Amino acid sequence: MTVTAAPLRILIGKVGLDGHDRGVKLIARALRDAGMEVIYTGLHQTPEQVVTTAIQEDVDAIGLSILSGAHNTLFRRVLELLSAQGAEDIVVFGGGIIPNEDVPALKEAGVKALFGPGTPLDDIVRFVKELPRSR
Amino acid sequence: MKEMKERKPRFTSLSGVEIHRLYGPDDLKDWTPERELGAPGEFPYTRGIYPTMYRGRLWTMRQFAGFGSAEDTNRRFHYLLEQGQSGLSVAFDMPTLMGLDADDPLARGEVGRCGVSISSLADMERLFEGIPLDQVTTSMTINGPAAVIFAMYLAVAEKRGIPFDRLGGTLQNDILKEYIAQKEWLFPPEPSLRLVTDVIAYCAQSVPKWHPISISGYHIREAGATAVQELAFTLYDGLTYVEAAVKAGLTVDRFAPRLSFFFNVHNDFFEEIAKFRAARRLWARELARRYQPKDPRSLQLRCHAQTAGCSLTAQQPLNNVVRTTVQALAAVLGGTQSLHTNSMDETLALPTEEAVRLALRTQQIIAEESEVANTVDPLGGSYYVEALTNRLEEEAQAYFRKLDAMGGMVAAIEQGFPQREILEASHRYQREIERKERTIVGVNRYVEEEERPIPILKVDPDVERRQVARLSELRNTRDSFKMARAVAAVQEAVACGENIMPPLIEAVKAQATVGELCMALKEVLGTYREPVVL
Repeated sequence: MTVTAAPLRILIGKVGLDGHDRGVKLIARALRDAGMEVIYTGLHQTPEQVVTTAIQEDVDAIGLSILSGAHNTLFRRVLELLSAQGAEDIVVFGGGIIPNEDVPALKEAGVKALFGPGTPLDDIVRFVKELPRSR
Repeated sequence: MKEMKERKPRFTSLSGVEIHRLYGPDDLKDWTPERELGAPGEFPYTRGIYPTMYRGRLWTMRQFAGFGSAEDTNRRFHYLLEQGQSGLSVAFDMPTLMGLDADDPLARGEVGRCGVSISSLADMERLFEGIPLDQVTTSMTINGPAAVIFAMYLAVAEKRGIPFDRLGGTLQNDILKEYIAQKEWLFPPEPSLRLVTDVIAYCAQSVPKWHPISISGYHIREAGATAVQELAFTLYDGLTYVEAAVKAGLTVDRFAPRLSFFFNVHNDFFEEIAKFRAARRLWARELARRYQPKDPRSLQLRCHAQTAGCSLTAQQPLNNVVRTTVQALAAVLGGTQSLHTNSMDETLALPTEEAVRLALRTQQIIAEESEVANTVDPLGGSYYVEALTNRLEEEAQAYFRKLDAMGGMVAAIEQGFPQREILEASHRYQREIERKERTIVGVNRYVEEEERPIPILKVDPDVERRQVARLSELRNTRDSFKMARAVAAVQEAVACGENIMPPLIEAVKAQATVGELCMALKEVLGTYREPVVL
């Protein structure tokens, strides 16, 4: 395993119309406190905006929070756009109000992990730390 | 006090207030019941806004509901009314809340997902099919596009020949808490405030039994605020709306009796009860001091309450029934006028019919079996509850002074002040849970490895396609010239500083959609990007 000095770069964002940003901000903070470089997109991002920012900022992973029930559409759209740009190496993970029965299909589509309500922040930090670097 | 071993070195409320072993007369030194309590229905209304409270009439049981198409939600409304619910409450989907039509590219994947999709007057008619609007009161949770949705409701009533003075209900229409917490705005704060004021003025004139605004702490709390912050920011928002309406030329007694509030009820039982009592007293005192109204109803804080969605857990979801029961009881002992109890499955999806029925039954059991509704303010005079009530009032006043010094709520929002205070509180709370300093049963203690799944609601994925098709038909069949002229009239009224409601009602009758009207308003009023606080 190669050891690089550069910290992981993670894009954390809210995609779609949903404005509930309590969770996403806690996660952005926890990752930052764990020494990662966090790019927080703010609210109401389209999948196109998220993917453009991710590529411009050369991130290792994208973490998206969706509480509005639009997860099936929005995660898939982000994955499609990444793949269209040849950026499949950027890991996509997420969280929010996502029914268990939707999880397998999203993972199948390429979402690396989905964290439901009540997930300890440490679990998310550990998951991100163990990610392979895309750069 | 004597050294004795206790379970913890320090006991604190959910807001972080230190709680003593025992409360007694020393905790209420300068306190007199005449000044701090008064009689129920009398200044300062600590004990409740009505002399008889629930002996006269129980609170309104009002379950927030909406999903899929207007027909889906209409069926749920009829079901809830058959089950003994006493008022309706509409949940709109994200596109509607953001002023977008179902066929907007930004709405993709979101139509009907977390509420009902309403783009046109025809949708609104379907939503209230078979519901007697002059007999049932309706609450509508809508903020950015509140005036547009209200215009649609009024147009439906007009079509059915129901005079506006027989319509009762509530429009949430509280835009300040959107910038503070829920983040669903369309325009910048100042022009948004002006639209709120237009609705208040219009109701005072033409829809006298309507509550034109529900000043909401619920979402502030859900975003992570403490009880103190919820109380302070909500009441200060209320004062901001009053000031805006007075500046627009309304006398306080013309509209203040129709203002209503909406609070969260979280887990800390006594602190929550104290919050409702402190809210009534503080509102009455502040309004009396700042505006000297003549009508006592102007001083009365009426409120709706909802149990805390953010307190529910995805783990062991049946436990949520118990949490909701405790919270609902606190709202009742706090003297709320209406109540929504959350369903146990709401951390997973929108609630199923079964889960909603259980939540409604929870209220019915409190109301009709527990006998707690037999007397007014049963905890009044408790040393502990009175000391907490005082403390919450004092801490909220400290926030008022800070907000005054910042130049008011709009200025504070633009500086990110309430947003930052809430973020810090939410971070503190999360850290306490992670360190197991606060127990969440099933999450950080009494964890079960095997989770037993419960059934959840699935929204028909075809709703979006059907809504898009309907809209396309509407756009092809309506009189486009008439519609465009009506939309231009709305823009003109707004640009000239006239009340938006009359031309808006005409525009929705001319079949202009929510998205078209909101877009037209953005052209006149502008858009907004928040200062990012992290």
